[in-house]
Amino acid sequence: MRRFEMILPSSVDECVKALATHGAGAKTVAGGTDLLPQMKNGLVKPAVVVDLGGIAALKGVTNGAGLRVGACATARELELHPEVRKRYTALADGAALVGSVQVRNLATVGGNLCNAAPSADMAPPLMALEAEAVIAGPKGERRVPLSAFFTGVRQTVLGADELLVALVMPAPPVPPEAGLYVSGGSYIRHTPRRELDIAVVGVASQVTVQNGRCVKARIALASVAPTPVHATAAERALEGQPLTPERIEQAAGLAVEAAKPISDQRGSADFRRHLVRVLTRRTLTAALARARA
Amino acid sequence: MPKQILSFTVNGDKVDLLVPPYVTLLDALRDEAGLTGPKEGCGTGDCGACTVHLDGKPVASCLVLALQARGRSVRTIEGLGTATALHPLQDAFVRHGVPQCGFCIPGVLMAAAALLEEHAAPTEEQIRYGIAGNLCRCTGYTKMVAAITEAAGMIKKGAAR
Repeated sequence: MRRFEMILPSSVDECVKALATHGAGAKTVAGGTDLLPQMKNGLVKPAVVVDLGGIAALKGVTNGAGLRVGACATARELELHPEVRKRYTALADGAALVGSVQVRNLATVGGNLCNAAPSADMAPPLMALEAEAVIAGPKGERRVPLSAFFTGVRQTVLGADELLVALVMPAPPVPPEAGLYVSGGSYIRHTPRRELDIAVVGVASQVTVQNGRCVKARIALASVAPTPVHATAAERALEGQPLTPERIEQAAGLAVEAAKPISDQRGSADFRRHLVRVLTRRTLTAALARARA
Repeated sequence: MPKQILSFTVNGDKVDLLVPPYVTLLDALRDEAGLTGPKEGCGTGDCGACTVHLDGKPVASCLVLALQARGRSVRTIEGLGTATALHPLQDAFVRHGVPQCGFCIPGVLMAAAALLEEHAAPTEEQIRYGIAGNLCRCTGYTKMVAAITEAAGMIKKGAAR
């Protein structure tokens, strides 16, 4: 690795100040599972590395009216968190697919999002759950819907002097609190290998049902565009409708419209479009089954 | 770059090391602490040969910057058992003749030890999932699964006694 200086802030303010001082020459490190291979391969060459590990405000998962996931919460924490497994199942699904257990104990949700790979496994579940990014900067805090967070391959709305602090999302309604509303979610990706692979395509679905009709559907796709994207036409086609197998199949077909895939070593564009249809159907079916469970 | 003091706990002992900021935990353990059990296979978190426990959890030490371990507790294969009192996993690995070239074994044992702390009686599926992050280029996985299953049974019997 190229030599660098390390800064060890103990608060968000200290961190933001360090980022403002060092600008684009600084990189933040949390789990390091994306950054260290990039640094070892010379793809990024920061002069300064700012370690987020000493900032308590970035840690942990808080469950209240909704869910607040600290940017430095690990994939393993989310995979095992009882409330995430129960109510935010798509997120638990996505977190469990990141790397190996040795990687998931390090890899953070913030890192997965800020690295902004089109294949990030935690991005579609969080988009389907309508998460917002809480961002700290020199002028204070701002919130950005995660669907507007990504601007390109490995690019986000984060300024060089800004820090992702947390993800916040509303609680999907579950009985008995919500009466007749039920909600369920699922994330499934296709990979040639079962473990330690990168999604050829990933799809997250979250559906809320009332009296047999879908009142809200959110579908997000990974690895089919420069950023994770919502399948908005498919979402609209489901809302207000009973979630019959025919309706789900129709939505799966519409989801393909949102995909603008490339052909690469992981799969051709045609194969990826096919996978969007299949995985949208499977995740909607699984989400519905979980909502009813 | 000036070196910095890394104060942390290694295999139960308080340790201070003088390290530059740009070295990994794996390099600090091997080169500064003299613990050469953890190995560097890929250096990118894919092979698991560098697995150590950080605050009780298995991690790829090649992806951790040494200074990120400040104030924390690290356990390496050297802290799992001793030459005269092997950990039940090590004992089972010896009896089953698991190691072939042996390079992956310290990492596999640390992953397996973490697994058994979470699941006292893991299913084969759980064992395979627990060591999915460890590559054995000799492909000796079948004996690993048998040895881990047996070790889990030994630990349980020991606890019952």
